[in-house]
Amino acid sequence: MIPLSHYLILSAILFSIGLYGVFTRRSAIGILLSLEIMLNAVNINFVAFAKFMAPQALAGQIFVIFTIGVAAASTVVGLAIIVAIYHNYKTIFVDEIDVMKW
Amino acid sequence: MWSNFLSASIFYLIAIVGIIFAILSVTLKNMFHSALALIVMLLGVAVVYIYLDAEFLALVQILIYVGAIMTLVIFAIMLTAEIYNKNIKRHNQQKLISLIIASSMAGFLIFVLSRFKAQAGVSFFEPLTLAMIGKELLTKYVLPFELISIILLAALVGSAAISKKE
Repeated sequence: MIPLSHYLILSAILFSIGLYGVFTRRSAIGILLSLEIMLNAVNINFVAFAKFMAPQALAGQIFVIFTIGVAAASTVVGLAIIVAIYHNYKTIFVDEIDVMKW
Repeated sequence: MWSNFLSASIFYLIAIVGIIFAILSVTLKNMFHSALALIVMLLGVAVVYIYLDAEFLALVQILIYVGAIMTLVIFAIMLTAEIYNKNIKRHNQQKLISLIIASSMAGFLIFVLSRFKAQAGVSFFEPLTLAMIGKELLTKYVLPFELISIILLAALVGSAAISKKE
């Protein structure tokens, strides 16, 4: 049986990788992909704690269902915004989209 | 004994594969390849859910993340990112400091978590079934359940409205 801390360590490593991606990517889609990695790390944490700390409660798994739903909604809206930005500015690199910076 | 060892080693193998493909996904230059690497990492997370007795979540992960979200992402990549152009820089100038910050955070978390002694998980319990999840979703958590439907509907309409041309 794998101990709880190993799940948490896996999730911490994935979260840090996602953080690195958010910091370094220039493309907005790359940032969204890194955000997905971070969200998945958080979901692993939820399910692992739910299994080890309160095995009879379903709250952990149900929370993860809601997290996946909200992540899907945010990704869809983000991609729509990126496509709209690409139509207007012909770029998706976040350091070139600087009209709101003066 | 032997099956315990086998299942543990498969878990660590899957975890290492997931970490490697997550690293590939944030470092690869070609955005399409990095989306494909992310798909492998999401499948690895689904296997981790199975290890955590959350089979329903594993199926949801494969259906929604790998099936729906990544298809959308790949469509968006093909619509926008110039993957054929090899001369564009894909990462910004903050690689070194980001690596320092991310790895120090990972190191700190691993240091703290490796000293974390939880009591062993309670093994003798009735396995959570899909029927129980459905019952909870429609009784105790019915308000968030309806709210998430409204959020998804709003996202559907909103994204269609945002991305259409005038």
